[in-house]
Amino acid sequence: MTVYLSIILFLPAAAGLLAMFVPRRLAGWTLVAGSVLTLAYAIVMLARFKTGAGMQFVTDDNWISELGIRYSLGVDGLNLFLIVLTALLWVPASIAAALREWDRPGLFAFFMGLGQTAVLGAFIAQDLALFVVFFDLMLVPFYFLVGMWGGEDRVYATTKLVIYTLVGSLLMLAAAVALGVMSTPAGGHISFSFAVLAQHPLSGGSQYWLFLLFAFAFLVKAPAFPLHGWMPDAYRQAPLPVILVFSAVVSKVGVYGFLRIVLPLLPQASVHFQELMLAVAVVSILYGSVLAFSQDEARLVLGYSSIAQLGFILLGIFSLDPKGGQGAVMQMVNHGLVVAPLFLIIGYLAIRAQGRESLDWMGGMAFRAPVLAAVFLIVALATLAMPGSSNFVGELYILFGTFQSKIVYGLVASAGVVLAAVYMIRFFQRSMHGSVGSHVESRDLALGPELAVIAPLVLIILALGVYPNFLLHRINAFAPTTQQAQVALRR
Amino acid sequence: MTALHLIAAVKAPVIDYKGISPLFAIAGGAVIVLMAALFRGRFVQRVLVPFLTVAALGAAIGLTIWNWHSGDSRPIVEGALAIDPLALGLSLLFYVAGLATVAFAWRSVALRESGTGEFFALMLGSIAGMTILAAAENLVTLFVGIELLSIPLYVLCASEVRKEASLESGLKYLVIGSVGSATLLYGLAFIYGATGSTGFAAISAAIGKGVDITDPLLLTGIALATAGLAFKASVAPFHAWTPDVYEGAPTPVTAFMAVATKTAAFAIILRLFDEALVTAQVQWAPALAALAVITIIVGNVGAIAQDSLKRMLAWSGVAQAGYMLAGVVVGTRLGLQATAFYLAVYLFMNMAAFGVVIARERVSEHGDRLKSLEGLGSASPLLAWPMTIAMLSLAGFPATAGFMGKFYLISATVDGNWAWLGVMIVVGSMLSLVYYLRVIAVMWMNPLKIELPGLPRRREVQPVAGWSPEADPKAQPEVVLVTLLMATATIFFGIVPSPLFHLAHDVGTSLRALFGT
Repeated sequence: MTVYLSIILFLPAAAGLLAMFVPRRLAGWTLVAGSVLTLAYAIVMLARFKTGAGMQFVTDDNWISELGIRYSLGVDGLNLFLIVLTALLWVPASIAAALREWDRPGLFAFFMGLGQTAVLGAFIAQDLALFVVFFDLMLVPFYFLVGMWGGEDRVYATTKLVIYTLVGSLLMLAAAVALGVMSTPAGGHISFSFAVLAQHPLSGGSQYWLFLLFAFAFLVKAPAFPLHGWMPDAYRQAPLPVILVFSAVVSKVGVYGFLRIVLPLLPQASVHFQELMLAVAVVSILYGSVLAFSQDEARLVLGYSSIAQLGFILLGIFSLDPKGGQGAVMQMVNHGLVVAPLFLIIGYLAIRAQGRESLDWMGGMAFRAPVLAAVFLIVALATLAMPGSSNFVGELYILFGTFQSKIVYGLVASAGVVLAAVYMIRFFQRSMHGSVGSHVESRDLALGPELAVIAPLVLIILALGVYPNFLLHRINAFAPTTQQAQVALRR
Repeated sequence: MTALHLIAAVKAPVIDYKGISPLFAIAGGAVIVLMAALFRGRFVQRVLVPFLTVAALGAAIGLTIWNWHSGDSRPIVEGALAIDPLALGLSLLFYVAGLATVAFAWRSVALRESGTGEFFALMLGSIAGMTILAAAENLVTLFVGIELLSIPLYVLCASEVRKEASLESGLKYLVIGSVGSATLLYGLAFIYGATGSTGFAAISAAIGKGVDITDPLLLTGIALATAGLAFKASVAPFHAWTPDVYEGAPTPVTAFMAVATKTAAFAIILRLFDEALVTAQVQWAPALAALAVITIIVGNVGAIAQDSLKRMLAWSGVAQAGYMLAGVVVGTRLGLQATAFYLAVYLFMNMAAFGVVIARERVSEHGDRLKSLEGLGSASPLLAWPMTIAMLSLAGFPATAGFMGKFYLISATVDGNWAWLGVMIVVGSMLSLVYYLRVIAVMWMNPLKIELPGLPRRREVQPVAGWSPEADPKAQPEVVLVTLLMATATIFFGIVPSPLFHLAHDVGTSLRALFGT
């Protein structure tokens, strides 16, 4: 049985479209059905995946021959787990969405489905123009999801989000077109295929400005330190299921872009700007960690911690070392896996604290909801990269890689590991221990839907902690061409 | 007797009646429409006259398709006009815009006040001018076309005779348009003086050989002609009339002007610069590039502060003209194709947007102001979706035709070594997000309705601006239908753009002097 990536790609959007036309109360569950089917198919893909066999399940058709854009999909060691992660995390998000009452649920489901398709498309695409299409398409559903169903300041937040990210995306569009046109040999037919582009590297000068345009787009998406201005508003205003997938999955598309596009296609520029990117990474780690420590809103703790975690991933990528790259991809998966349950936990905490998500309103919940506390502890420890968790392995690989190439940045970044412990433990203590918040309800995790949504994720975290090789074995972060960058580096 | 001798001595031009047949359909249609409207009676005025207009446009579309041969370029009427895919393809856009305008105008005040026959006959006359313009191969034909296009439009702008703004708009357009025409004519005279010829092919040949490209006479001519055409295409800094005229004119006329007139202006800009003056490209390209940049920035910045949707679309039209001008600047076949492609896309997305404005301003107490769209997402999705699609497409989001158009234009600029112009297009798109997204936010994310997630909420349809919302789309089905069709085309060509690319490719074969594949 061959795996058709188009099915994985378009199933969620189809389910979302269907949800618009079914009766109101079924809309949410239609989306859930779609995401579960997508996950099932993604697991089949994972089972059929042959480690080390290069690009697999390739679909390659002409889409717009006039522009040289091909509908080209494929899976390799770099995007395999990101696809599975996307398929996996949309399930709890859509269940969490289905359990709530929304205004216009059909439309909500449609945008959630479209969002999943766009994210999957960005991960699966093997053609630069197709990647850009999906990368930009991602914004449309999230623009509406935040703007229509968000908190009070949703319009401001969503406009800021879209303008920030689309400024990056549009610069990337220009860069992508320029990259395709300029690497076309004279008289040749234009192509945006990653494989073809990698064979015709550009001269150093044009690589440099293209690199900066791509880097801007990806760093905004991540977000990394100087370009994170949209983050606090969007995190505060977005509905919980939306911010769950946004933080856990969408933020990975940016850093994935570095590995898929920037490093293989612009190797010289990657070496040239290595120190700049490492500096951005280290500053993001420290800045994110410090701010995560000082937030009172639970969502923003996670928001700033994401900046720090993505800083780590960026560090691994721009160590330009195979180990660092492997650690980076692993950490992308790990971060997604811990952030999703953390957002669910915030939701559960808020239900028990009069709908407030501020840490001031929580406190002392460990006694009143012991199962919730236990789940939270597991996830929190995984987040701070406790030895024995998969995150530990990921961060270790990243630091190994960095020590190999640029030891100074590695040393500074190590401080981030400690800071992560500080802000996660503070988060846990403020909500679970201490004096009981005045409005805290005493009700443990319901065994029905609440636990059912979060338990599988926690089990996966535990399983990967026991057997991280499942990931490590299959991940292959660097395309062969990226080796050139390393060679250039060593010289 | 002598007169007869003279007539016999003059060799009559050979006329290719097949090639000129679309023009006959339009011009003949105009006459028939005008005559038919002399008969009074509700049936004639409400049904027959619009039907005849539609029939004329439909016939013209059919005849145009009949003439379509890829790579074919036939001079007709002794070289005054050329029948090639560029002329035919852009003519199709005029006819489609005309059809949409008929639907938009059918229930309009302007139609009642100015008379159905007059309104539609003038519109057809203007379209006849556009058809001539798109096919012009000669400076004289160019000017005839421009005037035939403009004069009926001056009247149409003022066709809402009891509204002061409409009259003002017509007068303003007349004054500014005349200045533009005069400037253009002056420039054409200079070009003729420098090259000694009015035919485009002969001009192009002369510039290469006999005439130096730095000849001041020629350069003055090009500069004046550029200014004159820039007036018509509302290219900055000659755009100042656009928002006022667009706002004052009856909205169906605005829609027609925004789309068809702009397309016609670009048709002749493409012909004049990429055919007649292509050999002097080194001289005019930097100047046009500067105009494009100014237009992109001025248009986008101007649109940000607008509250009136018509003014906003006018400014956005200025900005879009800047994007398309970039396709002219590069002077390659790819540039020509990209511009033609964008013109088609421009038609779809603007007609969709204008349709919604028309439908709303008839029922909303807020007229064409942004507020008239408030809460439209829940009140009447049939109008909210086309507007959303149009705005996303104008802003260049993927899965819409606007994205493909921008992609094509950027690749043409990079390919022609004008990469920085491509970046300018992108910068313009960023600025444009501010005002396009605001429209979407007003429709879907009404900030007045605050709801906390988790609380069940009754589904309610709010009456929008004093009008029963459910009756709204049904009250003017023809407007909604056109709007939906245009929005569907916008999405369709964003996902399956190949048919449009094939047409653009055919159009690209028209001008032989261009480089490229």
